[in-house]
Amino acid sequence: MDVASLNIARIREGLASRRFSAVELASEALRFAEAENPKTNAYLHFCPERAMAAARRVDEKLARGEDPGLLAGVPVAVKDVISTQGVRTTCGSRLLASYIPPYDATAVVRLQQAGGVILGKTNCDEFAMGSSNENSAFGPVRNPVALDRVPGGSSGGSAAVVAQGTAVVALGSDTGGSIRQPASFCGVVGVTPTYGRVSRYGLVAFASSLDHIGPFARTVREAALLLQAIAGRDEMDSTSAFAPLPDYLAAVAGSPVKGTKVGLPREYFKDLASETGDLIAKGVEVLKGLGCEIRDISLPHTDYAIACYYIICTAEASSNLARYDGVRYTMRSGSSETLSDMYRNTRGEGFGAECKRRIMLGTYVLSSGYYDAYYLKAQKVRTLVARDFSEAFRQVDAIVTPVSPFPAFKLGEKLDDPLEMYLSDIYTITGDLAGIPCLSVPCGRTAAGLPVGMQILTRHFDEAGMFRLADAFERAGGSAD
Amino acid sequence: MKITEEEVRYVAGLANLRLTEEEIQRFCADLGEILAYMEKLNELGTGEVEPMAQVLHDAEETATLRADEARPGMGSEAAVANAPAAGAGFFKVPKVIER
Repeated sequence: MDVASLNIARIREGLASRRFSAVELASEALRFAEAENPKTNAYLHFCPERAMAAARRVDEKLARGEDPGLLAGVPVAVKDVISTQGVRTTCGSRLLASYIPPYDATAVVRLQQAGGVILGKTNCDEFAMGSSNENSAFGPVRNPVALDRVPGGSSGGSAAVVAQGTAVVALGSDTGGSIRQPASFCGVVGVTPTYGRVSRYGLVAFASSLDHIGPFARTVREAALLLQAIAGRDEMDSTSAFAPLPDYLAAVAGSPVKGTKVGLPREYFKDLASETGDLIAKGVEVLKGLGCEIRDISLPHTDYAIACYYIICTAEASSNLARYDGVRYTMRSGSSETLSDMYRNTRGEGFGAECKRRIMLGTYVLSSGYYDAYYLKAQKVRTLVARDFSEAFRQVDAIVTPVSPFPAFKLGEKLDDPLEMYLSDIYTITGDLAGIPCLSVPCGRTAAGLPVGMQILTRHFDEAGMFRLADAFERAGGSAD
Repeated sequence: MKITEEEVRYVAGLANLRLTEEEIQRFCADLGEILAYMEKLNELGTGEVEPMAQVLHDAEETATLRADEARPGMGSEAAVANAPAAGAGFFKVPKVIER
């Protein structure tokens, strides 16, 4: 069995025709993933017992003639910021190195109900803070496409396992681009759904007004299928949306996209590195060839988005991360006489440099005398950024942009300049600020063979329109290397 | 923008973060640079703009509270299972006040 080449359709067919059982598939997928993992460090740990139990349940359902679910037997990886009952969930942090959640995230419950087989948990930047996966306490992930380069971040491990073939699909989380940017760097599809489309119950909180869970896959169709399985209202998350869940598979059935109005925001193309720009321009030609109407549009507040985003996300992070104080979550500094020393020492020893930097920034912008100047101002600018998109979607059905200004960079290359690293998130944070659905779909490779992703953004809750366009693009050979 | 050592120490105190001397120096520079970049927002007049207090605030599909009904919790045993120190279903901490 060549597990690296399996996809959801082949697994479905293989199980239905009894060519292999879910248990055989799971044990072979685990063996392969464990053998390949040292190349990339993409998995932090595996959960063979849980995987085999899930596979057995699929086989039992098949034996009884029941529907085993949309993702029956499919090997899945889950980013290690998403809670898995009985399976370590470290958030890439020393602080949670031995934390074992007492419950499953809703997305994990739904994955499993759909027959998905979770092989293990994937590496990421500590508490999902980073754009290169170099902020993990357990070492960086290497990009399977070019091992001396970063996979992107923060969901670098989830992107890498899908690119490497050590999982068929994976779950990641996105606060400012943490799904789309690594998808772009590793040459896979990554989807950030509408804010509230997927329950965040059990997602370890980073910046609650921006956090999303979303899928990674090698094709648009498989990403749509995974989203179908995990999306929808969940009473355990009061921010999860009641919006009816459409049939995403109907959106990727090859329906024409002729006449779709696609906007190119001029602010996203002005400083673009030439190779990335050329590839996106070719991608736009493919869309034109499919009959899309391409329009020049403007999102005038784009230049303010990074400042806005890094005020809001650090403010929320400083509050969310206050809970790691040595009382409840596994790690406590051994050298504290008093409670307040214990808090300070535990946090000082436990958090890595980037988490500390963001806690400091967030605490600063929320501190007395600065709240109005920073946080309130940023919340107002966020309204303006979101309004830019609402205005644009009166003229167009979808917006197409690059995902990142450049392809995957070398490990260590940008580590010493935090502001420069923040600035590289320019094209992805706006979608999170507005809460709209967006994805990265492969759009060719540079001369050096590095993948480049094209971003598609649509109106709130219009993931179907986004998938339709991305699927048509993919079918037209948009991702041909 | 200049951030002083005193400011960094003050903010670290608010955040309950023990920082090394090296980290304090580093954060003086980093915070200064990043906060200077954030001043960019002052180019925008936002007097009449509503702050976004809730994402998708105009979408009726979002934002509700469930009925206020009692439900069983996970129980104290599970809740303290990850604690570095616990006993009898409670979290144990160092002394809080001097007697």
